[in-house]
Amino acid sequence: MTAVLDVRDLRVWYGTARGSVRAVDRVSLEIAGGSVLGLVGESGCGKSTLGRGILGLLPEGARADGEVLYKGRNLITMSQRELRRLRGPELGLIFQEPMTRLNPLLRIEDHFKETLEQHESKLTGKEVRRRSLDTLARMGIPPTRFRQYPHEFSGGMRQRIMIALALVLHPSLLVADEPTTSLDVIVEAQILRILADLKENFDTALLLITHNLGIVAEACDRVAVMYAGQIAEEGPARDVFADPKHPYTRELLRSTISLDTKALHSIPGAPPNLVSPPSGCHFHPRCPDVMRICPVKDPIETRPEPDRRVLCWLHGPESEIPDGGTVPAERERIAVAEEA
Amino acid sequence: MATAAVRLQRRTVGVRRALAPIADARGMARAMLWTGAGLTLVFVLLAIFAPILSPYSFDAYQSGGHRFAQLAHPSHSHLLGTTVQSTDVLSRIVWGAQTELEVVGLALAFGLVIGVPLGLLSGYFGGPLDRGAVLFMDAMFAFPPLLLAIVIAFLLGGSVNSGVLVAAFAITVTYVPQYFRVVRNHVISVREEPYVEAARALGAKPFTILRRYVFFNVVQNVPVIATLNAADAVLTLTALGFLGYGVQPSQGAEWGYDVSRAVSDAASGIWWTGLFPGLAIVLLVTGLTLLGEGLNETINPVLRRRRIARVDFAAPSLEPRSEILEP
Amino acid sequence: MSTSDEVLVSVRGLKTYYSIRGNFLDRLIGRTGAAVRAVDDVTLELRKGEVLGLVGESGSGKTTLGRTLLGLVPATAGTVEFEGQDITRLSEHDRRLLRRRMQIVFQDPHASLNPAMTVAQAVGHPLEIHGLARDRDDIRARVADALERVGLAPAEQFLDKFPSDLSGGQKQRAVIARAIILNPVLLVADEPVSMLDMSVRAKILELMLALKRDFDLTYLYITHDLATAKFFCDRIAIMYLGRIVEIGPSEAIYADPKHPYTQALLRAIPEPDPRRTIPRDLPRGEVPDASRPPLGCSFHPRCPKAFEVCGWESRDLKELLERRWVGLDEAGFEAERAAVGPIEELDVPKTHLRLAAHGGAHGADLRGILDRARAADPAEPFWTGLRKMQDSNGALELDWHDPVEPRLLPSGSVQVECHLYDEAALAEAAQRRQSGIPE
Repeated sequence: MTAVLDVRDLRVWYGTARGSVRAVDRVSLEIAGGSVLGLVGESGCGKSTLGRGILGLLPEGARADGEVLYKGRNLITMSQRELRRLRGPELGLIFQEPMTRLNPLLRIEDHFKETLEQHESKLTGKEVRRRSLDTLARMGIPPTRFRQYPHEFSGGMRQRIMIALALVLHPSLLVADEPTTSLDVIVEAQILRILADLKENFDTALLLITHNLGIVAEACDRVAVMYAGQIAEEGPARDVFADPKHPYTRELLRSTISLDTKALHSIPGAPPNLVSPPSGCHFHPRCPDVMRICPVKDPIETRPEPDRRVLCWLHGPESEIPDGGTVPAERERIAVAEEA
Repeated sequence: MATAAVRLQRRTVGVRRALAPIADARGMARAMLWTGAGLTLVFVLLAIFAPILSPYSFDAYQSGGHRFAQLAHPSHSHLLGTTVQSTDVLSRIVWGAQTELEVVGLALAFGLVIGVPLGLLSGYFGGPLDRGAVLFMDAMFAFPPLLLAIVIAFLLGGSVNSGVLVAAFAITVTYVPQYFRVVRNHVISVREEPYVEAARALGAKPFTILRRYVFFNVVQNVPVIATLNAADAVLTLTALGFLGYGVQPSQGAEWGYDVSRAVSDAASGIWWTGLFPGLAIVLLVTGLTLLGEGLNETINPVLRRRRIARVDFAAPSLEPRSEILEP
Repeated sequence: MSTSDEVLVSVRGLKTYYSIRGNFLDRLIGRTGAAVRAVDDVTLELRKGEVLGLVGESGSGKTTLGRTLLGLVPATAGTVEFEGQDITRLSEHDRRLLRRRMQIVFQDPHASLNPAMTVAQAVGHPLEIHGLARDRDDIRARVADALERVGLAPAEQFLDKFPSDLSGGQKQRAVIARAIILNPVLLVADEPVSMLDMSVRAKILELMLALKRDFDLTYLYITHDLATAKFFCDRIAIMYLGRIVEIGPSEAIYADPKHPYTQALLRAIPEPDPRRTIPRDLPRGEVPDASRPPLGCSFHPRCPKAFEVCGWESRDLKELLERRWVGLDEAGFEAERAAVGPIEELDVPKTHLRLAAHGGAHGADLRGILDRARAADPAEPFWTGLRKMQDSNGALELDWHDPVEPRLLPSGSVQVECHLYDEAALAEAAQRRQSGIPE
């Protein structure tokens, strides 16, 4: 499969009075057509900024550089007008709060009409209706409710409608930012089913941003673990969960409370401030496996297995580590006060 | 045990925090804020030091037995000239500043003292009290403010001696509904905040909750409205004076009254009797408006713009912390 | 666990209804709208020293139950006895005194601290309210103790900070400090970790467990998350639409969930293990509107195991038709819809319905639609509830079995409110099945 999206060395920084926030700092990613990539991390690690940066949706004061190649075209250097034309028919976005994205004064029918007329003006009214009803039906929304207003739907239904609105234009790439966070567990499971089935029904690639490792395990082919603006580890979801290479991935998995949890576990400290993240490996102050080299030298991405990437000195490259660099170091003492 | 100084510092930490955005204001907001504050301060100083700054008393038409000329051009002895009643224009403007600020200050104080607590109670307790108060205030709001002020001035004029008090009451009545509305609506949203429910869960009495949890989160916009209202109040007061319902000429100088007397002068080419009081009105109103808008932009989080610095990708990388590697 | 047999809180037949405001006309003539039955006849006991988990989705009434228990929301009916006193009948003044004994920790740490108070003022305020401190220095010293106790150490660093200077986890610690400073015996924790990051949740839960040991606390842990509840709670109560549908010891409920709803909740949790996937036969739909709950068992419209007596009615027919139409092509849908006519008429709950045929169709056409629906999905539980279908003169008369109200009955070591575990209901259903459907 070829990559629909190829992100290379992307940086997105925000300017603030205290200095630049390095929300996304040299991130490289690939998403293959029709596949689902999960992007996980704690709040404030830059995952939402990355998702929006890919679509060219940056807040005031943010700057991006690097390459975001969508079907070979670099979105970073593209004009806002060109980007707007791509958003919708090529690139879709699904938000966390479905209610705030639907216009309360417009019927569901009108939402679809507006979207389709804006991007596919050649369609006749009948075709618009058929396309809309067909997409809604695949999301499980009955045609009888086509002329209702957003407030007449439950939270899960609204999210289905939002997904249908994004999919009705058949985009090749969909970015979903915490799409199930405000939903109940059974409804969440229903929506996850829909997202996981996207490739069978629509051949759409999906970037699924979440803080919930369970969701990644459920719906994603590959997973990228983000920490302090960088991709700590990336690989097939199954392999990463079975055998995490980065200590952060491992600790995050251990601290997730699931039905199998026998004892509580947590990572000491808190995610760093991205204006001045720790030197070397950003995770070193919290890392149980910290070595002497970790705070001194920026880690270099390695491929411990053909299909996996990891950003950690534990996996070399050996040629770059000076003598004595692999000697375990004492983890810096973290006052409880610094903990979140 | 803490010393008095440390304790004072602790107790004022909230005040210092509230003032922090003002010091941080940048750009347009900062320019408006400081220009407005400067202009307003000039008039405040004029008002306070009127006895020293003013060459003559506001109603003096003579000095040392020497009667002033009528409608004299601005000159050395009368910097801004004299009026048809031989009074010194400059003196009337300086003393006028005192009248304006006295009336506006009193009106604001009355307005706040009545409007804010009423809004707090009405918004927090709701029910029939709230509905009654809202209905009454809305009815007041529906009146044209100037008309309402004239009616009140007319009604009180007979029984209250002080012209300043009458004018202040007249203006108060027109502004109470504004404070009430803003405070009440804000209370209604704050009342639903989890921290207010948390206070109830702690066992706090309703008045404690109002005082400690609701009040401070609601009063933040009050300075803004108060300042903007002050500008409006100056206009209302001068309009009252212009129409003859304001501070009586025997009780103090008042710019609106002066302008009304100068209307007939203008036709005969006498410009200084009207221009200078008019200018004083414009400058004070502008000053207060700028101050209010400046405060609004700095205090109101919706309008406050984050200070954005330019992003420099070439910024120096981080200081390596190498202490661990050393033997 | 230090659970004793001493009952701390005893809730009997508790109902909390909210009246929803009607439209403008209703308000004008003083008529109140329908009532939302947020808590609908709940009976439970909280033993001293235990952690009771109250688990449910949003709209299940779990939060309202917690608040009613503390007297923050007035009860519509029933009693809540706390240490032998019925708090639903206490005066406002006496209830305030009780606050020293019962406290609450809210879900959103960012909103539960007053942004205008420093940590010292916020955490110390309960002492001031109840007049439990000598002077300011005494308050400050005791606040410092409480902060150190919840892990905000050194306390000096936090005393004069404002909530906006703290992280989410630190705020939640401060909120917990404020709750324990009065030395309460009961702590209601309403989703205390659901807004925190994964790596922080464990720390807050550990803190709460440590506090429970040190202060001999009893917890009511309200959550939607069965995974943290499993770890944290001695007993679990599952709520659905204002009622407790299953309650019992944690081990029993997790090992052998009885109620179909509990089973669904447990199976729907996304586990961080790619080898296991969420099953596809999860309950359909969402929690219905609590102002118009389904007849019979509230869960029956979503329940895969529902049968004759569960409360089938006209609204279930509407959902059935809508589900059917999702799968039809446009022409098929239009034809069937034209025959059925305005589907909104099915919104009024009825167990006997005269479904008029529209657009020149006959009762037989409607029967045809239902027969095709049945053929397409014969296993659908809806069909067990349909007692009679009869053509009558341009319409189709439908009769459903009368609903049997479910009761919370013991089953093994738990109590469950489901007809599957009610011998009488099962017998009744069997009898109705025997009598057959007179076509």
